Amino acid sequence: MALKLSPAVLILIATVLIVVLPGLVLPSPYYYRVGALVFISALAVIGLNLLMGYAGQVSLGHAGFFAIGAYGTAILPAQLGWPPLLAAATGVVLAAALAFAIGRPILRLRGQHLAVATLGIGMLITMVLNAEVAITGGPDGMAVARATVFGFKLRAPETWYWISGGLLILGVVAALNLLNSPTGRALRALHDSEVAAEVLGIDVTRYKLVVFVAASVYAAVAGAALALFSGHVTPDVGSFLRSVEFVTMAVIGGLGSILGSIVGAAVLVILPQVLTVFQEYETLVLGVMIILFMIFLRGGIVPGLAARLTARLTP
Amino acid sequence: MSILAVDGLGIAFGGIRALDAVSFAVPRGMIFSIIGPNGAGKTTLFNVISGIYRTTDGTLAVDGLDVTGLRPATLASLGLSRTFQNLQLFTRMTVLENAMTGRHRHESRAILGHLVRSPATRAQERRSRELAMACLARVGLDGEAGRLAGALPYGAMKRLEIARALATEPRLLLLDEPAAGCNAAETEEIDRLLVDIAASGITIVLIEHDMKLVMGISHRVLVLVEGRVLTEGEPHEVARDPRVIEAYLGRDAAHRLVEAPSYA
Repeated sequence: MALKLSPAVLILIATVLIVVLPGLVLPSPYYYRVGALVFISALAVIGLNLLMGYAGQVSLGHAGFFAIGAYGTAILPAQLGWPPLLAAATGVVLAAALAFAIGRPILRLRGQHLAVATLGIGMLITMVLNAEVAITGGPDGMAVARATVFGFKLRAPETWYWISGGLLILGVVAALNLLNSPTGRALRALHDSEVAAEVLGIDVTRYKLVVFVAASVYAAVAGAALALFSGHVTPDVGSFLRSVEFVTMAVIGGLGSILGSIVGAAVLVILPQVLTVFQEYETLVLGVMIILFMIFLRGGIVPGLAARLTARLTP
Repeated sequence: MSILAVDGLGIAFGGIRALDAVSFAVPRGMIFSIIGPNGAGKTTLFNVISGIYRTTDGTLAVDGLDVTGLRPATLASLGLSRTFQNLQLFTRMTVLENAMTGRHRHESRAILGHLVRSPATRAQERRSRELAMACLARVGLDGEAGRLAGALPYGAMKRLEIARALATEPRLLLLDEPAAGCNAAETEEIDRLLVDIAASGITIVLIEHDMKLVMGISHRVLVLVEGRVLTEGEPHEVARDPRVIEAYLGRDAAHRLVEAPSYA
């Protein structure tokens, strides 16, 4: 081969193709809508994958930060008359600030203890969203003001397909840059051996906090995009089930694989749409398929297929 | 001045004194070996010196600076590095990435630069890669740079730990049984490597069971038995000390050996 591309560049090219190619041929607004949902979920899952797949820190409350991004975008224009895009940015900052504040005590925990603690945070956030009816609209949720850019209202599914696709590409670039830097090596190192990382001068506590905040930023950006795109938010965006769905996406696609995050999100967003042909058996078929993925591609779809492909190509 | 000074160091785990009043000093540029039977507290001593275990019992000084109770990452920034008896490699990272992680304390931690892969970050990455490759070459692993560390043979993993520690540019290097589990040829390589490292000005504190290796390359040997210093001296003095032989082999065997002049 005359030109040897680094894995990071290949992943970026694949991401751009995943966004651009369907974008040119999809037949109706419905498909663009599904595409936008895939990209938004994928963005949140990349954040979770940085935390879980690379740094090895479990979170069952990822959707809580997703909800803060979404509700920040919804509440600030409704209550204070802020422009929606400024509100979205503020929602992201709020999510990061919360992650920073609670990260230090919580990240001392490990494994299942950390899982339960993050689960608690997610539940607290949804509880507040449900209870503060005057501000959040309670369980019924609230409408989100449409964002306008240069007098152009962002509402068509096609528009949101390209916006969320663009955000996803940016998210992938940032994640790849981070992973192939001293910060990324520190995160992966502390996953494999905290004690060896410490001995090499890596401040393990600091880097756990860094990746926790980074993950919350990915989730909040995705949540803000979802709010602006769908025009309505309910506390469901932050629910425990949503957190579990993010974890499932990350695991099915492949922990420690950026491309896997996109594939995992695509599978769990698109499959339920396709499986509606099974009517009341839809959930059953979905469950069986998830189990089969896990049995036959244990490391996740992308790493599993990559391993099989390399095994076949090497004589 | 000695590069490492340990004074009256002690630590207890649930009433068992793993280390008791351990004192010694390591002069700069030396290979200083710590030997002793299994369970003597050698690795515990390394864990205290490298900050993994903290104790208030006794003091530690690196290059005259009191470092008692400091964290491992802080000690690393003062030029102390170590390897582990039970390998602690980053198995999911490549051989090169493992060595590059050793460069961490010399690298900029500005995350914004990392996120956008700024020109400064790129330049730093190039430099880290070059220096890490040089460390790999030093232990003979430059040909394996792209391999996953977890896929290496055992002897190569041992050498990768040394390369990763060297990448931190330590002044003081603690090596915990670098030759354990290695065959004769691999042990020979480790032997040459340690002499080469010491010649480059890095002080080595070595825990090792291979007596041929220890006696061949050490400038001084300290014998630790049941958490206490039994004796310290030049290799030939220690090898002839009946108390050392007794500690290793038991009283009866020791008597027989000392009476037989053919030994040592």
